[in-house]
Amino acid sequence: MSKDDIILEEATSGEYKYGFTTNIEQDIAEIGLNEDVVRFISAKKNEPQWLLDYRLKAFAIWQKMDEPNWAHVKYSKPDFQRISYYASSKEKKKLNSLDEADPELLRTYEKLGIPIEEQKMLAGVAVDFVMDSESVFTSFKKQLAEVGIIFMSISEAVQEHPELVKKFMGTVIPPRDNFYAALNSAVFSDGSFVYIPKGVRCPMELSTYFRINAENTGQFERTLIIAEEDSYVSYLEGCTAPQRDENQLHAAIVELIAMDRAEIKYSTVQNWYPGDKNGKGGIFNFVTKRGLCQGVSSKISWTQVETGSAVTWKYPSCILKGDHSIGEFYSVAVTNNYQQADTGTKMIHIGKNTRSRIVSKGISAGHSENSYRGLVQINKTAENAYNFSQCDSMLMGETCGAHTFPYLEIKNKTAKVEHEATTSKIGEDQLFYCNQRGLGDEEAVHLIVNGFCKEVFKELPMEFAVEAQKLLEISLEGSVG
Amino acid sequence: MLKIENLKASIDNKEILKGLNLEVKPGEIHAIMGPNGTGKSTLANVITGRDVYEISDGSIQFTNEDLLELDPDERARLGIFLAFQYPVEIPGVTTTNFMKAAINERRRHQDKEPMKASEFLKMMKEKMKLVDIDQKFMSRSLNEGFSGGEKKRNEIFQMAMLEPKLAILDETDSGLDIDALKIVSNGVNQLRNKDNAFIIITHYQRLLDYIVPDFVHVMYDGRIVKSGDKELAKELEAKGYDWIKEEQAV
Repeated sequence: MSKDDIILEEATSGEYKYGFTTNIEQDIAEIGLNEDVVRFISAKKNEPQWLLDYRLKAFAIWQKMDEPNWAHVKYSKPDFQRISYYASSKEKKKLNSLDEADPELLRTYEKLGIPIEEQKMLAGVAVDFVMDSESVFTSFKKQLAEVGIIFMSISEAVQEHPELVKKFMGTVIPPRDNFYAALNSAVFSDGSFVYIPKGVRCPMELSTYFRINAENTGQFERTLIIAEEDSYVSYLEGCTAPQRDENQLHAAIVELIAMDRAEIKYSTVQNWYPGDKNGKGGIFNFVTKRGLCQGVSSKISWTQVETGSAVTWKYPSCILKGDHSIGEFYSVAVTNNYQQADTGTKMIHIGKNTRSRIVSKGISAGHSENSYRGLVQINKTAENAYNFSQCDSMLMGETCGAHTFPYLEIKNKTAKVEHEATTSKIGEDQLFYCNQRGLGDEEAVHLIVNGFCKEVFKELPMEFAVEAQKLLEISLEGSVG
Repeated sequence: MLKIENLKASIDNKEILKGLNLEVKPGEIHAIMGPNGTGKSTLANVITGRDVYEISDGSIQFTNEDLLELDPDERARLGIFLAFQYPVEIPGVTTTNFMKAAINERRRHQDKEPMKASEFLKMMKEKMKLVDIDQKFMSRSLNEGFSGGEKKRNEIFQMAMLEPKLAILDETDSGLDIDALKIVSNGVNQLRNKDNAFIIITHYQRLLDYIVPDFVHVMYDGRIVKSGDKELAKELEAKGYDWIKEEQAV
């Protein structure tokens, strides 16, 4: 075994640092899925009839669908009748300050290192914390309301702004879009809702931490962000899940809509439990994310740092409908041990002079499999469309895999499409060079990996870029003799 | 400072160093010359701890530590620096960040706080002047797209930043034009003092016109077979290595 193999092997022995559970009494739906469960969820949330109808229709569609199996991943299919579809903490009261919160909950925040404390507030981050299904804490809501921004859980939005939810929900990702989208549309529990009015530049980064807590519950959040004409918002989603032996399912939907000249920047740091060293347990992360550049010169950027989950199936995409609209996708996907990721993007060019840019960095270690899958589609109507794609893979050790599946569908001759791809290995030469400057193996691996991911990290808001780097370090921990 | 005794090292069961002895004291500059394939670079790699080599016999003492017991990064932190013959590219990592990481890692091991940004920048500026290196190199990815000469100058810049006790220059002069050679030599000469030492591995005498060694050693077949002062280098330049080979063959 060469030295870097040993190093990498030890990297793979890093243990999940967020594997704790919180003991809060929960209200859990009966295990299994049928129409009654859908009705139960809707009733629990006191939803209007139209939303119940939406759910029931989605459920009917889902029942007729099959689970997709085209991705480059292998796993035993979840038993959808063994999952509980609703869990909310019994504590219903809304909090005015952190002092009122359950101390157990606060300890969870602390362990997560969630930036709820003063310092973070001073830094101007509003946090909507979703523990399982219910939003328990929303800060800065008032301040945002003053400029007309709505930032709340989607359940609240259903009650307070039903017309907005009804108008936009499901317009980018209809229930019939795919198996998991249909499932989510039937049973979605909670999530975030953001509305930025015309001409408003959101004065702070909006941030939500999702956390799966209850055992045997899937989490089905749903996020909807609407940016009206000439507005701007940057949104960050961070995820962590406790350590459990069973596989848990996470099937979220995120819909973004950008009107004329609006810009939405959506960043994700995903650190769900990846399973143990032998591939036992971990989250199935089957997520549908799509943004619609509805207006002229609108722009949607997806930035994701994916270090967790046992199986990831995720393609944040952009539909470039408005003329001169821009779509971007920046991704770092790290897999270790027996993790599998099949992730990438779709850029659908419809409007004239639309542009898209894809930068994907995959890092595989251990026995993991890491695939980039991307579609660039240039429709007949998309005169002078331009796409640039760059897909780089880094292999650590001999037992992992990296794959690239780029698809191109070009129906307009004026299109210009560029694609670059590289595969590299962390070499003994690089490690030794760093060692010789006094860096230990672990620091050396971090430095090299962070350098590899730099183009993506620079797209993240500053404080989150730091967090992303730390996560990367944790994921590859032990990679050092 | 450095004491190597009867060092034997092999790679893939092929013995490269066959009982090498060398002693280096503070303030000294040693030049190691010799034909290709006699083990000069192997010596540099074995001192710095590259683990592709099997050490079968001998010892290396450095400031009273048994070097062979230490990992490469530990040796580096003791103050051993290698200017690489072929510096490695690290995409996305700037020279600035690389140096910051290296310096702060040393400080961490000494239980010191990371260096203040202002202090670090000041130090960078000083050392950049020393090797006449442009600011723009500092924000470029380490060695990526650098010319041969730029890479070598960057090595000397790193050496200046890390202020080693013992610096080993492995054929730093190869591929350098005369101007770059002067800049590199000038850097070394400014850095030398009574407390540090240099081992300069080279094929050619010309570098030794600029960096005057206290000792010149000739390596042949895994051993130092001849030692002298700077005049020995001149002799080698004039006569080549064949007479050494012949002497050894007898």
